[in-house]
Amino acid sequence: MIDLNLIIERFPAFLGGTDGAPIMSTSDGLQLTLELLGLSLAFGLLLAVPMALMLVSRNKWVARPVWLYTYVFRGTPLLVQLFIIYYGLSQFDWVRDSWAWEYLREAYVCAILAFTLNTAAYTTEILAGQIRNTHYGEIEAAKAMGMGKWLMMRRIVIPSALRRALPAYSNEVVMMMQSTSIAGLVTLADLTGVARRVFSDTYMPFEPFLTVAGIYLVMTFALVWLFKKAEQRWLAYLAPRKH
Amino acid sequence: MFLQGYLPSIMEGTILTLQVAVSALLVSVVLGLIGAMFKMSPSKPLAWLAEVYSTVVRGVPDLVWMLLLFFGVQMLINELFAQLGWEAPEINSFFAGVMTIGFIFGAYMTETFRGAIMAVPKGQMEAGLAYGMSPLRVFLRITFPQMVRFALPSFSNNWLVLVKSTALVSVIGLNDVMYRADTAKSITQEPFTVYAVVGCIFLAITSVSDLALKRLEKRYSTGVRETEL
Repeated sequence: MIDLNLIIERFPAFLGGTDGAPIMSTSDGLQLTLELLGLSLAFGLLLAVPMALMLVSRNKWVARPVWLYTYVFRGTPLLVQLFIIYYGLSQFDWVRDSWAWEYLREAYVCAILAFTLNTAAYTTEILAGQIRNTHYGEIEAAKAMGMGKWLMMRRIVIPSALRRALPAYSNEVVMMMQSTSIAGLVTLADLTGVARRVFSDTYMPFEPFLTVAGIYLVMTFALVWLFKKAEQRWLAYLAPRKH
Repeated sequence: MFLQGYLPSIMEGTILTLQVAVSALLVSVVLGLIGAMFKMSPSKPLAWLAEVYSTVVRGVPDLVWMLLLFFGVQMLINELFAQLGWEAPEINSFFAGVMTIGFIFGAYMTETFRGAIMAVPKGQMEAGLAYGMSPLRVFLRITFPQMVRFALPSFSNNWLVLVKSTALVSVIGLNDVMYRADTAKSITQEPFTVYAVVGCIFLAITSVSDLALKRLEKRYSTGVRETEL
């Protein structure tokens, strides 16, 4: 029932190969998915650390805007956010006239922007939660050592919160990896985009979609395994005693 | 006129989106309860089946599941009917959307309910059985009312993710809020306004659900002492 030959024949397309050209000759498929994921996670984390610090601030004029940001981005579908950026921005003449339009008209840039802003919102909440959970003893010790507020944040609070955020962050990374599949809905040829292309060429649904499901499943397992290793390395001090 | 009179059309789409989401939630709760029972059953094959279901479903994106199930099942039906020499019916896309999303979130609910049932002390169920209640009655009278409290936080989260996933159903041809927005966008030439309105609608849905579920959590935690810091 399932045509194995079709799967084998079309498999290179998921790795950036085209008719006649070898795999990796284009960035379609797996490479694009990994690029979207890697770049948006990196930018997202960079944004999330300062925003988490702002969110836990006692000054409400600092905390409120970040609260509103995470509230809006966590309360709406990523697809709507992507469409607002990709389709929506063209409504404004001042955006179209600006230097940034050259980039913002690209689906690739819009996807990274939307994914970054989305993951930054979730990551901010995860980090802020862990910053609030910092053991008071650690803070007292830092103060007793004569550390100022920023030195204490940089050396004690942030490194410790980042470590403790690992389990929740691994969930966010897996979710984000799966979310990149919507990039195909704004013309990009990520893994799912390639699968839809193969489907519209052949009208065979099982072969392309099962292939791509398998690839995502392997990536999910790989990410879970990586984070397990990371937790063993950086959270060893919180693991239950073995003896 | 705001959005050239397309607002009512978008609101109609919203109602459809909500119908899909609520129906899919019911399907997912049923699948989740079955999955949790299988996972905890002494029968190895059943436990293994539930394990595969919850792992594989959660490891593949929603969109891929929707495409695979919608187009895949349609093709199976076509082939089956072709062999019988009948004309194949087209799958109703509402039904397809509800079943697909229900199937996906059933996997998440499996984990939610399994954790919650395990959090209820075993002695409670044993006591029920000792009084001569049937296993079903033990579940309905003893286990269920107590597990709700443990299941609610994760259940709420699943519901919020489910609502947001519903935005994807227009890819399988449903006339939902995203589909209406797409039409409104092309006609009005105001894509930002259209999608901002859609964003606000989703924000309203998630906010109201969040408030309601928090209340429910409070109600089911009656009599449980909170930790005070």
